[in-house]
Amino acid sequence: MGKLLQIQNNERLNRADIPHLEFDVFRQELVDFVENGGQIVQFFAYEDQGAMKLLAVMRNDKLFVAGCDGPDHFDSLTAESEKFHMFEREIGEQYGLKAEGHPWLKMVRYHENYTGKKDVFDNDYTQDIPGNYPYFQVEGETVHEVAVGPVHAGIIEPGHFRFQCCGERVFHLEIQLGYQHRGVEKLLQTVPFKRLPIIAETIAGDTTIGHSLCQSQAIESLADLKVDEGASIVRTIALELERIANHIGDLGALSLDVAFNPPAAYFGRIRGEYLNLSQVLCGSRFGRGLVRPGGVTHVMQEEQRQLIREKLAELTPEVIHVSDLIFTAPSVLGRFDNAGTVSHENGEKIGLVGYAGRACGLPYDARVTFPTECYGDLPANTNEKTDGDVCSRATVRREEIMHSTALINTLLDRSAEAASYIPEEIKLAADSFVVSLNEGWRGEVSHCILTDDKGEILRYKVKDPSFHNWTGLALSLRDQGISEFPLCNKSFNLSYCGFDI
Amino acid sequence: MESILSFCFAVLIAPLLPAVIQKVKAYFAGKQGPPLLINYYTTIKLFKKGSVYSTSTSFVFKMGPVVGFTTSLMMLLFFPMGEVSPLLSFHGDVLILFYLMGLGRFFTILAALDTSSPFEGMGAAREAFFSTLAEATVFCILILFFRLTGSLSFNEFFSGPHAMNLMGEYGALLILVVVGLYIVMLTENSRVPVDDPATHLELTMIHEVMILDHSGPDLALIEMGAWFKLLFYSGFLARIIDPFHSENVIVNALLFYAVVIFVYVTVGVVESITARYKMNLVPKFILTPFILVFFVTILTMGVLQ
Repeated sequence: MGKLLQIQNNERLNRADIPHLEFDVFRQELVDFVENGGQIVQFFAYEDQGAMKLLAVMRNDKLFVAGCDGPDHFDSLTAESEKFHMFEREIGEQYGLKAEGHPWLKMVRYHENYTGKKDVFDNDYTQDIPGNYPYFQVEGETVHEVAVGPVHAGIIEPGHFRFQCCGERVFHLEIQLGYQHRGVEKLLQTVPFKRLPIIAETIAGDTTIGHSLCQSQAIESLADLKVDEGASIVRTIALELERIANHIGDLGALSLDVAFNPPAAYFGRIRGEYLNLSQVLCGSRFGRGLVRPGGVTHVMQEEQRQLIREKLAELTPEVIHVSDLIFTAPSVLGRFDNAGTVSHENGEKIGLVGYAGRACGLPYDARVTFPTECYGDLPANTNEKTDGDVCSRATVRREEIMHSTALINTLLDRSAEAASYIPEEIKLAADSFVVSLNEGWRGEVSHCILTDDKGEILRYKVKDPSFHNWTGLALSLRDQGISEFPLCNKSFNLSYCGFDI
Repeated sequence: MESILSFCFAVLIAPLLPAVIQKVKAYFAGKQGPPLLINYYTTIKLFKKGSVYSTSTSFVFKMGPVVGFTTSLMMLLFFPMGEVSPLLSFHGDVLILFYLMGLGRFFTILAALDTSSPFEGMGAAREAFFSTLAEATVFCILILFFRLTGSLSFNEFFSGPHAMNLMGEYGALLILVVVGLYIVMLTENSRVPVDDPATHLELTMIHEVMILDHSGPDLALIEMGAWFKLLFYSGFLARIIDPFHSENVIVNALLFYAVVIFVYVTVGVVESITARYKMNLVPKFILTPFILVFFVTILTMGVLQ
């Protein structure tokens, strides 16, 4: 296990310093690492001067990195541990490197690979999803299949869900995404530099701050920019406001899904109030245009502080009251309890992150383990209910709303003011590597940038927490009634476009 | 003459009352809610539209709404709204009425299956199952009423010396019947906590999912059928509860509709303060009134006679 290099979050490394191992050694190291409870942050392929390479960033309570050459065919790591399964499928899809012996080598987003190698899945991409992939089939006289989407009732994003059912009972749910694949990673490697933050903000519209923060920190590290304390405070507040607004919206939606209307209506309004606080902070309700490499575009002055402070004081009792309304209604608890349970063991196996992970008793929180901005000296949160069901996920969110409110109040009392943001010519360090992790509202968001010898971006890797957690949703539906799906889905509330990138 | 007027009034007012439920729910949610006449607007809008038919459907699909609407309308012919005798009344009309309802449901289910959509089949299965369970209660109530009044006609249930009214001689027994009938009403009309008429989540729907493919006038007919059915059940309840009695027909009718509106308001309140049940708990919920009413029926029997 000693061959991986320990690094820090947002630490710039010369690429030459990353241990470059033999594939077999690399494989063994990684397998050993995850066997000891480690998880994967990034595991991807890239092309460097015509040669394919693999790179893995791993975490336990520290971060580690290692790389190796990327063979066209390699022994699947998923055969040893489930944690790798999405990553190996992605590697196969993006670069045509085939993981031999992968138990379920299925496309991820359905696009041609970047290298022109033979397609790993033998798909003809002029045809629609799923190409020649045969969906999971369960056979038997009383088994029936319900296919939902990709076009849904309501205003959700496109995704295809296939339930294999026996009556009302679900044996298996298969989720097929990729309908919103925009080629974000490719785009980030090719567009003019000043467009990078704008693209990062749109990776997942509800995680604007999460993604733009990751990108800005990574670029700051590569370009050796310092961020003053005032800007850090604004960034932290923005991230926490994003968390609160989304959690509140989802608690309301959960209550609507069980046909309990009043809290849904109240939380719908209160969510708007928190979005308005983002607007006070940066002029955009969704945090657009705030975080930029080097600082923040809006200076928080006493007037904004006061506005946010007063509004929080007004909203917090309302939030507590409405949460109580949800969590004390027996009929609601009857729906939440024991619905869509993901066991601690399964959650660990598939590497759940964020509130979905914490609800299964996986306490990992990037704000605590790999703190950035102001998080180093802020108190952590603990979760009481960790049964892995819908109720736990809802409770964790409720606790996080209160925790985040406390964090914002603490930060508002700090007097440091951000310097005005002046865009400057940014030059990235050549032949460097950086990985950046932040706890977005949905969980660990991570960006990884590799630069070439001219300081151009060689590989930009984005990972939204949804990349881990969609598998969790599929598992939560096992042996549930099919009518529980909307509730389970909302309790995870994963991003389609963040996954599809 | 009175009977015809009463029937026409019931038909005209049926779309108004569900808006009361929406208003109550909106009040609980701190919203304004839709206008009270919303359902009239919706009906007019739907009738102006054309219908879209999937190529996989047959004439059965088009029959569903028509039969559903007609049977619901016919139910109002048999039911004495206010204290006015219904247009049709004879010994055994209660049986016809409930079988008409069954016929309407049968065709709605057939129409849903005809679309061969996996959702609609699922909804049809749920509807068939749950309404079968609810039927047990309904017929148990009829047996009870037959024992108490010796009649099988709605008009005679509520008139004569043994009228079925909370104020009457069997008041205590009827309390349990009211509870049972209320639950049956919620079930048969797809209300919370059995079904959620407001949801957009097709996997959780029961009734709504069966009519997903209907559009335009067809949808309007289905909606109107549902309003008549709800009016019938709340009218049934109101006749049992209604404590007022006046010699004047019009005053009587007004008092009766006031009680009907009260029933609608309680539905709105129930929908605002409870979440709907897990699907696998619904059968237990629907069978509860059967046990209640069965118990009541036993109470009316003698021992060792």
